[in-house]
Amino acid sequence: MDNRKVILSVKDLVIKFRLRGQILTAIREASLDLYEGESLAIVGESGSGKSVFTKSFMGLLDANGWIDSGNIMFEGEDLAQYKSEKDWLKIRGKKIAMVFQDPMTSLNPLKTIGKQVQEAIELHQGIKGEEAKKLTIQYLSDVGIHDPEKRYNQYPHEFSGGMRQRVVIAIAVACNPKILICDEPTTALDVTIQAQILELLKGLKEKYNLTTIYITHDLGVVANVADRIAVMYAGDIIEIGLCEEVFYNPQHPYTWALLSSLPQLGVKGQELFTIKGTPPNLFYDIKGDAFAPRNPRALKIDFVKRPPYFQVSPTHKAKTWLLDPRAPKVEPPESIRALRQQWEVESNG
Amino acid sequence: MDKRSKEILLEVKNLRVEFGKRRKKFVAVDDVSFHIYKGETFGLVGESGSGKTTIGRAIIRLVEPAAGEIIFDGKKINGNIDKELDKEVTRRIQMIFQDPMASLNERAKVEYIVSEGLYNLKNYKTDEERKAKVEKAMLDVGLLPEFLSRFPHEFSGGQRQRIGVARAIVMEPDLIIADEPISALDVSIRAQVLNLMADLQKRKGLTYLFIAHDLSVVRFITDRVAVIYKGKIVELAETERLYQNPLHPYTRALFSAIPIPDPKLERSKNLEVYDPNCHFDYDEDPPKWIEIEPEHFVLANKRELEGYKKILEKNGVQVLI
Repeated sequence: MDNRKVILSVKDLVIKFRLRGQILTAIREASLDLYEGESLAIVGESGSGKSVFTKSFMGLLDANGWIDSGNIMFEGEDLAQYKSEKDWLKIRGKKIAMVFQDPMTSLNPLKTIGKQVQEAIELHQGIKGEEAKKLTIQYLSDVGIHDPEKRYNQYPHEFSGGMRQRVVIAIAVACNPKILICDEPTTALDVTIQAQILELLKGLKEKYNLTTIYITHDLGVVANVADRIAVMYAGDIIEIGLCEEVFYNPQHPYTWALLSSLPQLGVKGQELFTIKGTPPNLFYDIKGDAFAPRNPRALKIDFVKRPPYFQVSPTHKAKTWLLDPRAPKVEPPESIRALRQQWEVESNG
Repeated sequence: MDKRSKEILLEVKNLRVEFGKRRKKFVAVDDVSFHIYKGETFGLVGESGSGKTTIGRAIIRLVEPAAGEIIFDGKKINGNIDKELDKEVTRRIQMIFQDPMASLNERAKVEYIVSEGLYNLKNYKTDEERKAKVEKAMLDVGLLPEFLSRFPHEFSGGQRQRIGVARAIVMEPDLIIADEPISALDVSIRAQVLNLMADLQKRKGLTYLFIAHDLSVVRFITDRVAVIYKGKIVELAETERLYQNPLHPYTRALFSAIPIPDPKLERSKNLEVYDPNCHFDYDEDPPKWIEIEPEHFVLANKRELEGYKKILEKNGVQVLI
């Protein structure tokens, strides 16, 4: 992965929000290198900051939020310094586009499907009139909409949920972006439709040479689409690595807990593993490892000092003191040990 | 499977639910029959619009069936029933809803929310008795009785869903219809709610009708599953039997589409697509509801049955027909 080009580089990003007179730190010095052409999945629970983190790449933070410090380097410019809408319009859609969760609400019900896609083409690719229409029909057929000439003149209410999501994707891709951010792209859809949309997104990524970021809490979707996985907790990326590394050789206790609580790893008739407690209150300063209070295996230092990244492999790192050479050996839960053993056997044989 | 006695608690016979009138008529549930044993967890899976929620709503009598019977503990509960039975059924069948952010009254305190069913049925003698019941329900779901004086917005998603469970069990029901009870929750909270439901089932001998589209959760929690497609049950079996040998092409498509949280398995799986045209000969050879192996039913015609038999025999399963 080292020889690949970094397309977007986030360094020590801090994002704060003002809420009811108090200040909340949603992103706490998070860093990320996004490689060109990769597919990165950001996983985490609600409130972990995964949406806020990616929204900041497009200047889509709510009005009460701001980038407090840190950089977002993209094509030689620091997006964290952008202030005006005019600046953002150079990036938003054109360079970085987004597919939102709910296709019911992200389309304009009063405009035809064709007009909405064509609008994006005219605005971002500078092509007008008949030619833009031709291109629109091309994009509609690319996203798997049958009979695009006829569908061009139809309104969103004439489309099913899955078809609407295809239109939303067509609009995003029609902007000809470098990076496509998919925020829970299939959560609102049925499983059979979900599978089709994921296939579509993977196909488009190849065809248009996109770098994709998936934001999701569904680890099944992650297993399907991701080259790399970043695990977010309390506003920071606490573990990042290749898909297999994070699934089969997780290092951070939070990642262990997240994977162990999946029903697939549970034994029928027995209790499922659960994470005790609740995520930390982001209105307060967090001392040490943010997950420590919920971690039965926490070390003393976890409550005192925030762990840095420890490298597990050239492509895999995690922020946990357990990886420090001086740390006592702490075994992960049984289900995780089993995964790891199986993986070691398979990768050696 | 030992926890299940073979006593039937709920029986649904040829249920049909229609919406709209005459030309705009839409059949949401079409000739659906199944039964639920006492103490088991029965899963109903299908996609949105398949009618799974409508079945749940028909059982709890929020929608009136166009035809068919719903029999609860030996008594017919749909249509005109007397007041006593109405009250009894209202108490004994309870429901847990999907989104704990939307299903709790924002302007009422938790005490009122949990007590509301009791108030409606007046099945307590003194106010102390009601309070005692409510506090016990809170403890049962792992919440402190102190929380009763708070409002729903003061709770996290997982705690809210516990409140949703508390207001169901405070009625001391026999059957709980859980309609997508964990779909709106985060992964780690899902596990908590599933554990809570399993624990309550053990302690109180509850029976669950678990309606969901998340098939991995269904596999984990249910004893038997019915797969519903466009208002019709196409396959029904003991959970493990069904997951090992799904037969109906719709079931197979549905199962193959579930994302597996394991990159190797997920990427090597074979995605199947359901094409309703595969039942092209249903006009001359209509499908029947057939028990193909013990406790495994499938909707199939003669031609399809031959194919299913071959699949089962290949996998070393004894075929009944």
